[in-house]
Amino acid sequence: MTTTMERTSAAPARTLRSTEQIPTSRIIGVELQKMFDTRSGFWLLVGGAIVSVIATIITAFADPHLSYGAFAAAIGAPLSIILPMTGILAVTSEWSQRTGLTTFTMVPHRGRVIAAKLAATMLVGLASIAIAFSVGALGNVIGSAVTGHHTVWDISIGNALTIFLADGLGMLMGFMLGVLIRSSSGAIVAYFVYALVLPAAFGALAAFQAWFRHAQGWVDFHDASTRLYDSGMGGSDWAHLAVAGLIWLVIPLAIGLFTLSRSEVK
Amino acid sequence: MFPLMRRAGVRGEDQAMISIENLSKTYGGFKAVDDVTFAARAGRVTGFLGPNGAGKSTTMRIMVGLTPPTSGTALIDGRPFAELPNPGLDVGVLLDASAQHAGRTGREILALAARTMGLPRMRVDEMLHRVSLSDSEAERRVKNYSLGMRQRLGIAAALIGDPAVLILDEPANGLDPAGIRWMRDLLREYADQGGTVLLSSHLLHEIEVVADDLVVIGNGRIVASGTKEDLLAAAGTFIRTRDAAGLTRALSAAGISSSVTSEGAVRTDADPEQVGVIALEARIALTELRAADGAGLEEMFLELTAESQRDPISSEGAAA
Repeated sequence: MTTTMERTSAAPARTLRSTEQIPTSRIIGVELQKMFDTRSGFWLLVGGAIVSVIATIITAFADPHLSYGAFAAAIGAPLSIILPMTGILAVTSEWSQRTGLTTFTMVPHRGRVIAAKLAATMLVGLASIAIAFSVGALGNVIGSAVTGHHTVWDISIGNALTIFLADGLGMLMGFMLGVLIRSSSGAIVAYFVYALVLPAAFGALAAFQAWFRHAQGWVDFHDASTRLYDSGMGGSDWAHLAVAGLIWLVIPLAIGLFTLSRSEVK
Repeated sequence: MFPLMRRAGVRGEDQAMISIENLSKTYGGFKAVDDVTFAARAGRVTGFLGPNGAGKSTTMRIMVGLTPPTSGTALIDGRPFAELPNPGLDVGVLLDASAQHAGRTGREILALAARTMGLPRMRVDEMLHRVSLSDSEAERRVKNYSLGMRQRLGIAAALIGDPAVLILDEPANGLDPAGIRWMRDLLREYADQGGTVLLSSHLLHEIEVVADDLVVIGNGRIVASGTKEDLLAAAGTFIRTRDAAGLTRALSAAGISSSVTSEGAVRTDADPEQVGVIALEARIALTELRAADGAGLEEMFLELTAESQRDPISSEGAAA
């Protein structure tokens, strides 16, 4: 029989020692690291870079009217799919891979973790778009030199900014779905429904129903944010974007954050 | 209802580092955790024992803020877990060794933990060494890890912040006998250095070797808690004899209830001396007479958790 009756404590009781709150910058750094250190995250981002280079090369040789706009469009298309996926996975992997058990124990403030993920996602998004613009610019210069065309710069600074915004909103949309659904497959399917199925449905509805044709601008967020790619957003376009964004992005995100903060991490 | 019911954590000199008070968690109409109160003290290993589905994991998740309780409190050194500024430095937690990103290497997982807690990178190598994961194993992705390796990695992640408190859910799962021995020594050492260790298990033998205090849970309720010695002492007497039936008759004639186990041994709550005297008077030869220890505790565990056991207990009802 083991006798542990009165363990005359050899050592005094150890007490808590942490005094400093984990700085937000560190949490963002950790979240950035997480986006790159898995194979899926790494290849998603590297794949994005490769695809944008390929798109640039194809554009340089296949498009008879070389312009910066053509390059930007060719690179922007794959990026507009990849960035939302990055946003989704940044959130959902904590649930799908169950790493949330560790993450939310080391930082027991879900709001802080999610905010850090948002910051990390946006940083990656901004960097990706900036790289895409640069690759496009390089392609435009080299492509026009090789083919003997004039180098055409047909994207204004203003338009470049709205393209940034459009890609950023797409990424936020993915992020929102990740927060709301908290499952990788579910959120990815939801994103494609939003990006591919809904526009067609809205288009069909608008074609046959006059009342919806007038309302569409206010409720179709995909349509409203797609207009950001074109130059010349009017005042009503911005109003549409704001209202549709409230419905499709802000409200669901608020609901997602609320349920996420109270949910159980298993 | 339960004669062994005791409350731990009221001894003044031992500091309760984990204190759970009137904790309940209800899912719909189902009470997963039902008014649970216990404490884990510094310098001691507290075993949290119960059959599968008894509410151990839920209680542990509530302790670290992953599951919101329906009512009651769970405090770490008097504070809610979420109020710890950098919890990793205070509480080492291992809830599920498999809950790791399959695509990360063991080293990457520890590096993320070290970075979050603000620890130097060299802590990663120290911990890998501490849990005996080799360099080549540390470079492998976790999906290629055995359960035993995942447990070691999980222990490393729990220890990396050198916390004062350890909360481990079924840490011995998947470890080989040598691994279990290693873990036991590690936890013992941790408690001896003044740390607080709370570990859960559904296997009694695993826990009774290392634990100083026991908290037994069944169907979401605490059915017994106290020091291991107290619970063992309360487990009564264990007797072997060729005439088990005669002995139980003699005991019941003396007003002592007893039961015959599946192996034909007799168990009773009376103390060994009393049983010896009665056996002598009844002229029944005993081949073994002792305070029920491990085996008794096992029966106690089975008995206490009988309602929540999925399998019926064969030794019950053997005595007429």
